[in-house]
Amino acid sequence: MQTKKIEEHIWEIPVTEKEGMRVPARIIASEKIMKEMDQGVYNQITNVACLPGIQNYAYCMPDGHWGYGFPIGGVAAFDLKEGIISPGGIGFDINCGVRSVRTNLSFDEVKPKLNELMDALFRLIPAGVGSTGFVKLNTERFKEIMIKGVDWCIQNGYGWEEDRERIEQGGRIPGANPDKVSQKSISRGMDQLGTLGSGNHYLELQVAQTDRVFHPEAAKVFGIDKPNQIFVMIHCGSRGFGHQIATDYLRVFTEAMRKYNIQILDKELACAPFNSPEGQDYYEAMLCAANSAFANRQVILHKIREAFSQVFHKSPLELGMHIVYDVAHNIAKIEEHLVNGVKKKVLVHRKGATRSFGPGHVDVPEFYRQIGQPVIVGGSMETSSYLLVGTQKAMEMTMGSTLHGSGRTMSRGAAKKKVRGYELMKSMEDRGISVRAVSMSGLAEEAGIAYKNISEVVEAVDQAGISRKVIELKPIGNIKG
Amino acid sequence: MPKFKFLDDVAIADAAFIAYGKTLEELFESCALATFEVMVATKGVKPEQKEEIMIKDQNLDDLLFDFISELIYLKDVRKIFFSKFDLLIKKNKDYKLTGTVWGEKIDYKKQEIKRDVKAITYHLLEIKKSGNSWKAQVILDT
Repeated sequence: MQTKKIEEHIWEIPVTEKEGMRVPARIIASEKIMKEMDQGVYNQITNVACLPGIQNYAYCMPDGHWGYGFPIGGVAAFDLKEGIISPGGIGFDINCGVRSVRTNLSFDEVKPKLNELMDALFRLIPAGVGSTGFVKLNTERFKEIMIKGVDWCIQNGYGWEEDRERIEQGGRIPGANPDKVSQKSISRGMDQLGTLGSGNHYLELQVAQTDRVFHPEAAKVFGIDKPNQIFVMIHCGSRGFGHQIATDYLRVFTEAMRKYNIQILDKELACAPFNSPEGQDYYEAMLCAANSAFANRQVILHKIREAFSQVFHKSPLELGMHIVYDVAHNIAKIEEHLVNGVKKKVLVHRKGATRSFGPGHVDVPEFYRQIGQPVIVGGSMETSSYLLVGTQKAMEMTMGSTLHGSGRTMSRGAAKKKVRGYELMKSMEDRGISVRAVSMSGLAEEAGIAYKNISEVVEAVDQAGISRKVIELKPIGNIKG
Repeated sequence: MPKFKFLDDVAIADAAFIAYGKTLEELFESCALATFEVMVATKGVKPEQKEEIMIKDQNLDDLLFDFISELIYLKDVRKIFFSKFDLLIKKNKDYKLTGTVWGEKIDYKKQEIKRDVKAITYHLLEIKKSGNSWKAQVILDT
């Protein structure tokens, strides 16, 4: 497919490249990442560009790779009246996201107790297939979580008042309607609150790299105030509850497509007009999953605070365990953006992409408003992760969006043929990364060689100006579901 | 004929397979077994607990989608991995699938567990009859 360079790190596929494209597609990448980009991305992002009511461009971030329907790394905004909503633009794991937490502890303080800490975390936070959480819920309480998200957790003793303002949209997106979720999704998800899941979900202990601070002012606001500070990262989503909602509505939408006579190029792009009963029902159900995912990461944080407290014999507050931020990277949200130079409300789908609102934006908590919204980019378990901040240029160029992780380049099957779980664990331990995994084959599938180079993809968004690097975080402990 | 084979290069972050069967029932049973093989070494899963299944749909793609979705749902709700399937598919106006599936409680101590399956997708989903046998391509979100 023909691509033209718009400016450094921004490439465009014109509408002439595929019949039916309503807007051009834009890929954010360095020349090297462009060359190595999965060919499926070109096909999928141009399919997205054909969807009714799409605004500005169909975007793909540098960590993009072949997904189903949308590519992973895909961003697309739709007109609220003429446009659509698509579960394939959000993913089955609704509000899969990342939370970063700081501590007062330095690496030197944690090192002698690392194994004890890892054991405590592994014991307190259930991971893997079929695991259940410690919060006992009934349908009524679960429905409250769908509406209140993190607020429910705080009210029930699983969080601090200040946690709320350090989470995207306060961990509670308005508009969730529990009447729109099936009994099946409720029974599938009700006992999973506070569980990590499996696949690429993880809990990681990290050391903030004092010599890799790129934006000292933002680093200071993030609470980085001593050398080699310990950070914790949580990567997980809405678990079976969200998966079931996506499954239910994918079926509803295959019918709705016939009803509204919408033509699509891939059945996984099934969609309905946003302003239709089906579209509104899915949106309201999807928000239930989104709020429950914020609550899931909150309950997990509660257990992390408990584990640290047990091991270091201090309260979580004394240990300075403040949330830096929590981002959703599989979601659709109503936001205000510039379309043809005019501000308007649109429905932004981000599938494996993160919001990246710049300094001064009213939706960025006051705490961060000077520097921009924190962006959390999780690397593979063998490599670093990064904290960044959103920029004004992201607002202008990518509808306030940026990357979400490093992006896979190798299938799970191929990774497993190259790497054995036990050998990988040993090699990681040798490199100073303590590992606890419920499944050795699951571990092998997540080997670093299966991913793009995190520093390269982060560099690409930094250079493109759609977010700005703040600090690199290096893993010292990884718990894998 | 093998019951299924995994396709390493089709879905980078997920799991893809082609399944085979001499009959539609066999094809659906192979798809179910492949789905659970993504999660666990199914040879080590004893068929000691059973569930009854009934699904109706207008076309085969939707029938397979709903059947695999039902098994994934039961896996989370009952905490069971399934390894044995006995199905009957009939077509009058609609397709109707009925059957029994057997499995064992999820147990990390006893079973060789790999990873979870979140959902079946419609992406590149294809069911074909060639000659005397059936073939399906399926991509799972994991």
